[in-house]
Amino acid sequence: MKEVKEFVCITCPMGCRLSVEVEGEEILSVSGNSCKRGWEYARSEAVNPKRMLTTTVRVEGGDQPLVPVRSEVGVPKNSIMEYMDFLNAQRVQAPVVSHQVICELPGCGVKMIASTDIAAK
Amino acid sequence: MRELKEHYDIIVVGGGPAGLAAAVQAYDQGVKDVLIVERKDKLGGILNQCIHTGFGVQIFGEDLSGPEYADHYVQMAAERKIPVLCGATVLSINQDQSIVISGSGCGVKRITCKALVLSMGCRERSRGAVNIPGSRPSGIFTAGLAQRYINLEGYKMGKDVVILGSGDIGLIMARRLTLEGIHVRMVCELEPFTNGLTRNLVQCLEDFDIPLRLSHTVTMIHGKERLTGVTISRVDENKNPIPGTEELVPCDTLLLSVGLIPENELTLRAGIKIDPVTGGPLVNEHMQTSLPWVFACGNVVHVHDLVDYVTMESCRAATAAVTYIQGELPRFREEIPTEGADAVRYVVPQVITAGDDVEGDLTLYFRVKKPVTNAIIEVSCGDWVFYRSKKLKMIPGEMEQVLIKAELRDTFDAIYQENQTKGMLTVPDVFQLDKQRKGIVDTKLTVSVRSEDDR
Repeated sequence: MKEVKEFVCITCPMGCRLSVEVEGEEILSVSGNSCKRGWEYARSEAVNPKRMLTTTVRVEGGDQPLVPVRSEVGVPKNSIMEYMDFLNAQRVQAPVVSHQVICELPGCGVKMIASTDIAAK
Repeated sequence: MRELKEHYDIIVVGGGPAGLAAAVQAYDQGVKDVLIVERKDKLGGILNQCIHTGFGVQIFGEDLSGPEYADHYVQMAAERKIPVLCGATVLSINQDQSIVISGSGCGVKRITCKALVLSMGCRERSRGAVNIPGSRPSGIFTAGLAQRYINLEGYKMGKDVVILGSGDIGLIMARRLTLEGIHVRMVCELEPFTNGLTRNLVQCLEDFDIPLRLSHTVTMIHGKERLTGVTISRVDENKNPIPGTEELVPCDTLLLSVGLIPENELTLRAGIKIDPVTGGPLVNEHMQTSLPWVFACGNVVHVHDLVDYVTMESCRAATAAVTYIQGELPRFREEIPTEGADAVRYVVPQVITAGDDVEGDLTLYFRVKKPVTNAIIEVSCGDWVFYRSKKLKMIPGEMEQVLIKAELRDTFDAIYQENQTKGMLTVPDVFQLDKQRKGIVDTKLTVSVRSEDDR
């Protein structure tokens, strides 16, 4: 079934209003973009939109109560709230070092990594 | 740190991204005797609580989180063994090239230096600064304070939130609160446009279906012990609330993201000139303030949109401070003011130096007051336009820059005709020509942005 999806392009300050015609996973047409980058953005947004996920995870025995974490790569946008539930249930033992893998997200398998060091108390 | 000395060649006030970059740059340029004074117990400044990504794309070519970006520079400072005095605040900057500091570890001390770099950053505007009427219940926070509670301390400050102000911090907090299961009812914006970056508008509001109410502000606060709701109103083109448009929005928390103020009490008391528009010290293209041994960089000068630009500006300030100490900063005959015209809100540097020794490229940074489409950017001196470029769209949320090459290639017939040599003109040359022609003293360098559509 044909479907038209609309987005605002974020690759530059122009903020072009993109219109993408899709059928399942197939892109039929992109309009509204001013450049090639806009076309590529429209394509990824229409088929599989991804976002970097950043949040915090509780630390046990650390000099700080939380460690900031981020996804190593973009994660599927539509599952972000489920990932948040999963991450809020996680605990990590201090010390934590920057870029340490805290956990893997269920389903997509993307690694969540620490953004900084947390020393033990 | 090791024992505090009585003298350092360069002292850097503030250990956020600006101060760290300045200290590292000064060291790498050959001045090893550098001290960083930081008020908090940890370096990194506000980046420590900015756990979202979007930092470092310009400098590292990577999309880093705030703490990662900060840690990078903290580590560079540590590798160079640059002394850091944390938990100490600077009380005064004195005319004899000294500062007085106060700290729990060091007491009150006077330290001298050859050059000082100011990198104190910004403070948030609070409820008092925007004069919202109503009661004084709990539940009203600045967006940055809420960010600290959630990201560093692990507290939720409420369940049902209205955010006033659509600058980047407001937008980022709308997403952050939503991720933590807090209901964000809406973001209100006084202006008819947002002040944030497009990517934040899309990824922080649209992704989560958070309504954005443009041309709206909070006109009353309700609640006795705890906030119970706010009244919002539509505003007219003069930003005055329109009677009859009031709407009661129940909520237990109000976040204010209503602007940042460069933190310049210290600067003011030292008698350093302040630009009333930016709220920061007036600087020349070397980031030198009106007190020649004092340099400034980062958000204390003007609010930046990207930390990468803070780093670059701080490197320029530190390089100039080093050159100043070595006695090699070009001697200038006079300082020529810059000004913004039409849609330009401000220009940094506020003055540029001119004189026989002055050379090199000149970059002017500026922001527009309102969104401009099909923009024509011009730099002129009197009625001589010597730089012109076009841009499809400019928005207040993004800092803009123009580079004027030292050998200013003249593409405008008027100057070609005046200048018989048909060669290159340097920036000071342009002024000299202009003065000869007009016999005026109050020359200015004007940056203007107009829309082609308005013609």
